[in-house]
Amino acid sequence: MLNKILYLFLFLIFTHPHNAGSASSDVDLIEQNWPFNGIFGRFDKASLQRGFKVYSEVCAACHGIRHISYRDLGDIGYSADEIKAIAGEYEVIDGPNDEGDMFTRDAKMSDKFVEPYENEKIARLANNGVYPPDLSLIVKARAGGADYIYSLLNGYKDFPENFEASEGMYYNEYYPGKQIAMPSPIMDEIVEFDDGTEATHLQIARDVTSFLAWTAEPELEVRKSLGVKTLFFLILLTIMLLGVKRKVWKNLD
Amino acid sequence: MKDNKTEKKGFTNWIDERLPIFTFINHNLRDYPTPKNLNYFWNFGSLAGITLVIMIVTGILLAMQYTANTEIAFDSVERIMRDVNNGWLLRYIHMNGASMFFIIVYIHIFRGLYYGSYKYPREILWMLGVVILLLMMATAFMGYVLPWGQMSFWGATVITNLFSAFPIIGDYIVTFLWGGFSVDNPTLSRFFVLHYLLPFAIVGVVALHLVALHQFGSNNPTGLDVKSEGDTIPFHPYYTVKDYLGLGVYLIVFAGLVFFAPNFLGHPDNYIPANPLQTPAHIVPEWYFLPFYAILRAVPDKLLGVLLMFAAVLILFFLPWLDRHRVRSANFRPFYRQFYWLFIINCFVLGWVGAMPAEGIYVLISRVATLYYFGFFLIIMPLLSKFENTPALPSSISAAVISEKFDSKEPAGSETYVK
Repeated sequence: MLNKILYLFLFLIFTHPHNAGSASSDVDLIEQNWPFNGIFGRFDKASLQRGFKVYSEVCAACHGIRHISYRDLGDIGYSADEIKAIAGEYEVIDGPNDEGDMFTRDAKMSDKFVEPYENEKIARLANNGVYPPDLSLIVKARAGGADYIYSLLNGYKDFPENFEASEGMYYNEYYPGKQIAMPSPIMDEIVEFDDGTEATHLQIARDVTSFLAWTAEPELEVRKSLGVKTLFFLILLTIMLLGVKRKVWKNLD
Repeated sequence: MKDNKTEKKGFTNWIDERLPIFTFINHNLRDYPTPKNLNYFWNFGSLAGITLVIMIVTGILLAMQYTANTEIAFDSVERIMRDVNNGWLLRYIHMNGASMFFIIVYIHIFRGLYYGSYKYPREILWMLGVVILLLMMATAFMGYVLPWGQMSFWGATVITNLFSAFPIIGDYIVTFLWGGFSVDNPTLSRFFVLHYLLPFAIVGVVALHLVALHQFGSNNPTGLDVKSEGDTIPFHPYYTVKDYLGLGVYLIVFAGLVFFAPNFLGHPDNYIPANPLQTPAHIVPEWYFLPFYAILRAVPDKLLGVLLMFAAVLILFFLPWLDRHRVRSANFRPFYRQFYWLFIINCFVLGWVGAMPAEGIYVLISRVATLYYFGFFLIIMPLLSKFENTPALPSSISAAVISEKFDSKEPAGSETYVK
């Protein structure tokens, strides 16, 4: 009976619909071997820094990452001075001051990333009626996760013949409905990497996807390393409990 | 307290004489005579209790940081995930704890169903369990609304709207539940209050569940009554250590989910903030509601669907009177056993079809599965009660244990009696 339950449990897991990349697209995602996958997964800090550069020079024109503070950049290897310099390029509205007036000041480390638009209405006005979603959680908020984002960035093609395209839309085979309002955001050499890495469009897509995986799950490294320790402890404990249980129950024979 | 003939010395005795908590613990957790043949399926009761404690502790800590306001609920959860010390751990334990709780409780229920644990004299014990299940479902449903993501909002909208199916009072009930004319801030804030309240109601019913359990003691795989002292062993150390071992295995699975696949059982859409103007492509409830969701959608008539969905849980209350066969354990009921496994598979089919779009072949599958779900309780069980012959039962729990040891097959089944 135990076996039957086990099989049923496995059946439940493998037929679980959220599991099977149930994105509305019928095309298989491009699967990447991400360094943050697996139980020992870690972020590649150099890649995250390159990805941050791509985000700030390309994506940030339209997309915010409002759950991230400038200070969080410390996690991906920036020093306090570097972060202050990065934050200093943005302005935030603060106040009211003692005179009761609102004022603008340079962003500080403790501020959240400044969003590209003041509000959703302006964002829509600037983007043909479409609201560019916040990217902080995008990797967790899409079936397929990082592979989906990577595929989407590389999924632009010309419209097939007989496709009823809407005005101002672009063809992307990974996007639900295949039409997306965002034009292909990346191309070779659209950014120049500080570490000399060649900025091919594949490299750019990979780095920015890694960066967005970090913004979605900044706790990932701590979580996985704590998880390994916890499992190690629990398995050891359970083996010992098995020994104790057998010894105690021997009394009954 | 007069049974203590001689006055005992010592601090614990002093207390125990005035407030017999140590006698109580001794009676219910130490000497407590327990059938000696319980298998690992009897671990799931204590696991459910432990999970309830884990959920309450993590829940209270989360509530210190969470804000039940539609403007900032989503962001307050993200703040817990990012800026609260170990907040991600608390939230992932709580989130996956809900799934683990249902896995444990469903196995606990299926165990009762297999070994006839709902039969005389444990009917009230069983019914209290069904009350716990109902409270859990309500609590889990409202908890899922709190992060105020897309699935939170639309799940709440779909489920609360079900009540509008009732004639005349339907719309009134829905407005009453919402506290307004749509799922909005008043809905979120009352769901939060109730989500915090109901678990303590569950604790109360669990206490009654345990009182009822200890009245006659645990059922066992043979389903036979305890006949002599030789059939039982003291709870401690035998079942305490066995429960600890089960807990170890359980925590490994639980930790695996929390640390390495925390969002595996969730829906990605719930990381998109709630947007009343944009409906998700597929609105699906959490996995533990999928079988009931399938029953709801199997019926073309909305009211009938709603009634059947509720009936699917409520029917469990009547189990002790639907199955009146005198043999408890399915181990000695060859026919019931076959229908039982079919019923289990059927529950998985319902869960699977509940996640599929309600169209084409899926509708047909869900209807057949719904028919079997109710047929099992309303037709098969009463008929088997009347007509199922069973092999001769072992004379006692001890006899069954011994025959199992020397012969792995079930006790000789050639001799049958007719009911």
